[in-house]
Formats: sequence, structure tokens, C-alpha cells
Amino acid sequence: MLKTFSIGGVHPHENKLSAHQPIIKAEIPFKAVILLGQHIGAPAKPIVAKGDVVKVGTKIAEPGGFVSAAIHSSVSGKVAKIDTIIDASGYPKPAIFIDVEGDEWEESIDRTETLVKECNLTSEEIVKKIAEAGIVGLGGACFPTQVKLCPPPAFKAECVIINAVECEPYLTADHQLMLEHAEEIMVGVSILMKAVKVNKAFIGIENNKPDAIQLMTKVASGYAGIEIVPLKVQYPQGGEKQLIDAIIGRQVASGALPISTGAVVQNVGTAFAVYQAVQKNKPLFERVITVTGKSLAKPSNFLARIGTPMKQLIDACGGLPEDTGKIIGGGPMMGKALVNTDVPTAKGSSGILIMNNKEAKRGEIQPCIRCAKCVGACPMGLEPYLLSALSEHAEFERMEKERIMDCIECGSCQFTCPANRPLLDYCRLGKGKVGAMIRARQAKK
Amino acid sequence: MNVILIAVISLGAIALVSAAILYVASKKFAVYEDPRIAQVGAVLPQANCGGCGYPGCSGFADACVKAGSLEGKFCPVGGQPVMTKVAEILGLDAAATEPMVAVVRCNGTCANRPRTNSYDGAKSCAIAASLYGGETGCSFGCLGCGDCVSACQFDAIHMNPETGLPEVDEAKCTACGACAKACPKNIIEIRPQGKKSRRVYVQCVNKDKGGVARKACAAACIGCGKCVKVCPFEAITLENNLAYIDPNKCKSCRKCEEACPQNAIVALNFPPRKPKVEETEAATIVGAQTATPAKTEAPEVKA
Repeated sequence: MLKTFSIGGVHPHENKLSAHQPIIKAEIPFKAVILLGQHIGAPAKPIVAKGDVVKVGTKIAEPGGFVSAAIHSSVSGKVAKIDTIIDASGYPKPAIFIDVEGDEWEESIDRTETLVKECNLTSEEIVKKIAEAGIVGLGGACFPTQVKLCPPPAFKAECVIINAVECEPYLTADHQLMLEHAEEIMVGVSILMKAVKVNKAFIGIENNKPDAIQLMTKVASGYAGIEIVPLKVQYPQGGEKQLIDAIIGRQVASGALPISTGAVVQNVGTAFAVYQAVQKNKPLFERVITVTGKSLAKPSNFLARIGTPMKQLIDACGGLPEDTGKIIGGGPMMGKALVNTDVPTAKGSSGILIMNNKEAKRGEIQPCIRCAKCVGACPMGLEPYLLSALSEHAEFERMEKERIMDCIECGSCQFTCPANRPLLDYCRLGKGKVGAMIRARQAKK
Repeated sequence: MNVILIAVISLGAIALVSAAILYVASKKFAVYEDPRIAQVGAVLPQANCGGCGYPGCSGFADACVKAGSLEGKFCPVGGQPVMTKVAEILGLDAAATEPMVAVVRCNGTCANRPRTNSYDGAKSCAIAASLYGGETGCSFGCLGCGDCVSACQFDAIHMNPETGLPEVDEAKCTACGACAKACPKNIIEIRPQGKKSRRVYVQCVNKDKGGVARKACAAACIGCGKCVKVCPFEAITLENNLAYIDPNKCKSCRKCEEACPQNAIVALNFPPRKPKVEETEAATIVGAQTATPAKTEAPEVKA
């Protein structure tokens, strides 16, 4: 019996079209557009100006607050301007525009491929190095890693859980990363264990990646305290709270932080980035992105520099197909449709999904038939039909009582609704309003 | 027979005891409510729209009686007639307030503002705004899903299918503010209706730089500031590339409307201007013709 989370979940078609496609180094763009808001928290503040010359790895923006991250240039060239561009949020956001010249890297970065297993830094030094490298959670949420590795004093870390689940359909970036860089990932995991001072780590991998499970299990045998945990293929297995439940059987209480269970959860891509930052002095400026779609000529996995326009990666896969309905940044469950292909890739860009017209067609919205399929699907045990109706009627106080703040916006409810109701959209709207209400209330105190 | 009698007497006794308890309770636990609250409530329109800022008409009646003054209290649905009645009941002075109306500050019609993508999500402006900047290059403009129309209880605002923008029916609008609150882009403003319903306002809320705004919409305010310079009453301020006319300072002279190169300032319900171009042409022609005769005429008159 494979481990899994206790309540809810759905199983969309996996469509892993780009599985086993070796990671291709994407071409460096002519112009890189590096967004200043690539993480949760305050946007970074630029420390370069028009005309400045930068190299690959040069720090170009510093954290804008405690919960923030530094940003480094992914290209070498000259800063053209600091202006706004429409990003994956759909709104124009500030970014640093760089005209690319050549591919010169900062001398401090170790570009050799040899595995560096030993790490003699203290945990504080490790966290500092991770912060300086601008590492954020690469699972999609982009939470600044150095903040997560310093739990509030009331909580004590007991284990590290690595999220190598990749439960979103279509995406294969993490899978390919494991097949090609298992050793580096393992070193990264042990560095993370040292950073939070624990001696146990679990790596959760969904069972639809048997080769990765086999390889990672083999490599883990050479490292102390790391256990590979195969998990049932169920969405959202990779949700932080679901993963903690599946692997160590602990529930995160409503309104509590995941660290309250003693688990520090990090994405497998983040573990790899941590290895590169701590052992190779390489800041975060490139990542693996899956570009995929049923009508796309060559679904692929790219190692792309941040700031690359998505158009370039789509062209490298054969160009935008004729019958394209939507271009999704991310996966089909939690991703967001993009308004154009000039949107630049950012630290959180895990995939570009080209949906054809048939796939993108939304069914007609019909009245709720009270079937409660959404209640069965919700992995947080909420009642989406109720929350969505409350949101439509702007009953925000009641929504707070009905635990809307526990919603992880996974989309299982909207996915499963037979009446095509926009449950997630209304829930997300209400969650935003309730969050603002709570913040206003706390500010008054 | 006995059984029936016992049953009747015992039930009757229970009934009397219960009635006595209820009577005592109703007197002991009675809540005194000022009878004027019900009186005021009776003259209110019973729309329960919340336009006064209080929870329903009974809430407004309660507030009027308890406050002791009608300062800052106005029922937009009932208007001045109802407020006069309330003042009479309470023996207070009715505060004189200016009639207000909802104003839609966007002229990004389908013709002015080309679409760059198509939205097929839930038809709600609030949801569309939470997802992205909209179907056009202007992320400040009207999204056209009609949250304002749904919010209006008075059938006073409707979407015009040709322009894609909402239009306010002045006659029905009570300025309750529901549409303004519903709009996620803060496009609708409650402004004074103006003498003879004439009002001047900037029909744009775009805060992007002039070039970007202009590219997205032909009727956008580009923040050039010509209106600010030409206003004789200092009623216009420019902030974040957007002009704003203060309705309290504006004297409806319309100089700003003439000056705006984008036609972003609208002057509503004014009589048509006399065509300026013809006037100046006629003046130059007439001036040229009469200039010489005037010189010869004058000496004749004197003599």
C-alpha cells in the first residue's frame, strides 16, 4: 500500500508528454527581462542602473524586506532600462531589462562538473550562503528559502521532507532533474539537513516515476538519514500539507504553519539549487522548465536562464501550433493563462503548457446540483460549493468561519465539478478579501 | 365525564399559568424603544439599499434618532423630501445636501481600446481583476463583466453592448454607491450631479505613462497637464499621470474640455457650443471689410 494523504484529491490525466526528454540548455536570449517580484514577499530593490555592465551571476537586486530575496543576473551585458512588463500575474510589473553581450560569468562561480560532497560550513553559514544566492522555493510558490530554514523560535525542526512529487500533469522538470543530477540533489538534501540541524530526511516521489525512485534509492544509500518514499499518484500529492500527512502522518492544524509538525519541506529543484549555491558558489539564475502540449511538435525540458521570453522556448519546441487555445504558465491545475508570449521566465516558472482549442474550451456554467463531489475532492476538508456561494454573495465573515484561509487553491474542486462551476475562482477571490480583512483587523490591534 | 373535566381544568390551569408567566416576562424584560424610531422608519423608502451607510432603513432610523442631529445623514433614495419629513418628526434641521450621481470614468469603448486577448473565465469583474489586467492593453480600464449592473438595486446602470461600457441612467440613479463599491477598478465615482445636471469630469483612470496609455486606448488621459494649466479655478490636479477634477472647485467653465488633446475630459448635459472655427473666420472677413469703412464713417458722424 503506497502512502498518500488522507482526504480528498483527484486524479487528472498525467499527460507526461515530455518525460525522459533530456534537459536541453536553452539558448541565451538577446534581451533578458528580469522581474523584481519573483518571490513571495516584498519585491527586490534594484542595485543597478541604466548603462551598468553585468556578468552572469552579478547581484542586480537586493531583498526588499525580511521576507524577500536577492536577484542575480542570468546574462552578461548592459542594463538597458528598469521598466515594467506584463508578467505571469497578468499585470505590468517592474523588471530590469538587460541587453545581452556574450556569456561571461562571475569568476567566483565554480563551473566544473565534479561532485563536491563535503560541506564544512556551520548551519548559520549555510543559511547565509543560501540567502546570498537568492534561493527561493522552486516548487512554484517561491517562498524565500532562508526564511523557511529559520523557523520561528517556538518551533523545532525534526526532519526535512523533499518534494519530488511533481503531481501537476504535463510537468516533468523535477523528474528529469532527478534522472540527470541525483547525486547533486542528494548532497543538497544533506546540506539542508545540516542547515536545520536534523538527521532525517524523506524524499517523496510519485509512483509514476519508477526510474527516478530506483535511481534516487540507489544514490540515497550512500548518504546518512535519507529515505526515499514512493507515493500514490494522486493530485495534490505535492501540496505541502498533503505531503507532510502522507510521509510522516501528521496533520497541519487549521491556520497553523507546516513547521508546527516539525517538518521543513523543500522542493527537489530547490535542493539542487542549494547544492549549486553552497558548493559551487552559483546563485539562482537558471532552472529547468518543461515546455509541453498535445499539439506541440517537440515537448521538451529546458535549462533556461531567468528572463528568457517564453516565446523563445516555445519556438525551440517547434513554434506555437495553429490550434492553440491557451498558453498556460505552470501546470493545468494551478497554472495561469498568459496574455502573450513575451512574458519572461522567472524563478517560479516550472512549465509552459500549450493547450489546444479543444482542451482549453470551458464548459457552460450551470447551477450547482448539490452533488458534493467538490467536498469529496477537497484535500483540505473544506466545502467548496458553500465557500464559492458565500464568495458570490460577499459574505466574507462567514467565509472566515468556514476556514477559507485553509484553502490551498489546488483546483481539485473546479476540476471535478460536473456543472462547470468556477469554484476555485470564487474561493480565491473570497480568500483574498478575507485575508485583507484579517490583516486590517490585526493592524488595528 | 370526570376525566374530561379533570383534563379541561388541568389544561386550562396550565394555559393560565403560562399566560401569567408570559405577561410577567413581557413586562419585566421589555426593551424600551423610542417610538420615534418607528415613526422615522415609516417615512423612509424601505429600499434597504445601504446607500445611507447604515444597515437598512431601520438602521438609518435608529441612527437618526440616537444621534440627535441630522448632520452627515442623508437618504439618497428618498432625497430631500424624505429628509425634510424626518427632520419634522425629530424637530431637527434637515441638512441641505447636493444631489449626487454615479459617474463612469472610462471611455475605453471597443472602438477606442483594442482587445489583445479574450477572457473566458467566470463573468465577474472581481474575478477577472483577480486573475489579470484585462482583455486590452490598459490594465486600469473597465472589464465589462457587469458587476456594477448586478449591484444596482434601482435598475439605473446597464452595459451598452456596442461600447462594452456601463451607462448610468440619471433619472433612476440614487447615488447609493453600490456600483462604485462593486467595481474592482474604482472606475465609478459618486460625484455631485451639478446644476441642471451639468458636470465635467475626466473619463479615465489610467495611471500608466502617457505613451503606454495612449497606445492602449485612444481616449486615455496621458497626463500631459494641459487641463491643469488652463483651469482658472485650480480645480484640476495631476497625480500618477492622471488628471482629476475636484467637483467642489470646478465651476463648469469647460476650458479643460477644450484643452484636452485626447478628448478624455467630458462635459455632460451642456448645450452645444457655438462652432468656434466659423466665428473666427467670419470675424477676420468682417473685420477686413469694416475696418476701412469705419475710418471714413466716423468723420461723417462727427460732422
